[in-house]
Amino acid sequence: MSMGLLRLLRGNKASAPVARERLQILLAHERGMRGQPDLLGVLREEILAVVSKHVTLDPTKVIVRLERGDEVSTLEVDIEVPNDFERKKAAVA
Amino acid sequence: MAKVLVVTSGKGGVGKTTTTAALGAALAQRGDKVVVVDFDVGLRNLDLVMGAERRVVFDLINVVQGVAKLPQALIRDKRLENLWLLPASQTRDKDALTEEGVGKVIADLRSRFDWVICDSPAGIERGASMAMRFADEAVIVTNPEVSSVRDSDRIIGMLDSKTVRAEKGERVEKHILITRYDPSRAARGEMLTIDDILEILATPLLGIIPESQDVLRASNVGTPVTLSNADGAPARAYIDAARRLCGDTVPMQVPTERKGFMDRLLRRRAA
Repeated sequence: MSMGLLRLLRGNKASAPVARERLQILLAHERGMRGQPDLLGVLREEILAVVSKHVTLDPTKVIVRLERGDEVSTLEVDIEVPNDFERKKAAVA
Repeated sequence: MAKVLVVTSGKGGVGKTTTTAALGAALAQRGDKVVVVDFDVGLRNLDLVMGAERRVVFDLINVVQGVAKLPQALIRDKRLENLWLLPASQTRDKDALTEEGVGKVIADLRSRFDWVICDSPAGIERGASMAMRFADEAVIVTNPEVSSVRDSDRIIGMLDSKTVRAEKGERVEKHILITRYDPSRAARGEMLTIDDILEILATPLLGIIPESQDVLRASNVGTPVTLSNADGAPARAYIDAARRLCGDTVPMQVPTERKGFMDRLLRRRAA
């Protein structure tokens, strides 16, 4: 209708289509997750549990980043292990 | 046969209580015997919107806990003799809503009324899950706005999995009610369209309630909007929605812009 023309003259874009697209992407993802265990959350817990069996983890030196994408998601676990760790362990043995 | 209808949304402030009062009054005006039940324990408001705030003696929690009998807690509307209110408690904790207790109260209400309309609190916690637990039908109140649509989707997921009907492999019949619809913003492409919302939520439409001063005015005076200004656009939209709930086929009215002379003048200037 004339609304498109009006918008063209005003130079502002309709924001509703953006809202619609963002919602469709988000909800497709959220519906897929519903009722599923949070896989990345479980991975994070278990990885940290395994590492802490061997190393005393300093919680401030563990950085976990999670990025959820359309196709793939990444879980980045960055654990700082002190350099003298191996030596200490050998000394104990 | 009695129907239990939950009015829910996930998001707060979208118009659940207004809708409960308006649909309750519209159904009662048709001659059905209706009770509206406030599940917002600790933050009750349905009594205020219905204009019965000074007549509350007992509440839902008292009945659930057996402190009061159901007929003692029910408040009859002063305008419509077919309309009753079961208020929420203002002081208790919502953990007092046990599934067993709520189930008994709902069963008792079913035997006394044609419609049991449960006004859900916002959120997805105990109060909201108890309000929907025994529902046969659900009205999901949605504003044409991203956060409201997202929360509605979440609530639809709960209706399909966490209700007694869903657990028995039956369906809760769901309806979307779009409230606070602003035709001028829709025309400017600034608001999600009705079609967008229905496509995203994949749920049929019960009605479209336009944004209106009538709604605020109705709550100010404690009268359901269908009674306070029965000829106004929101009242007509609610009355149509109530007819659809009863199975009538009513053509859907999409609110359109009412342009007064000043509006046109201002718009032309603004453009």
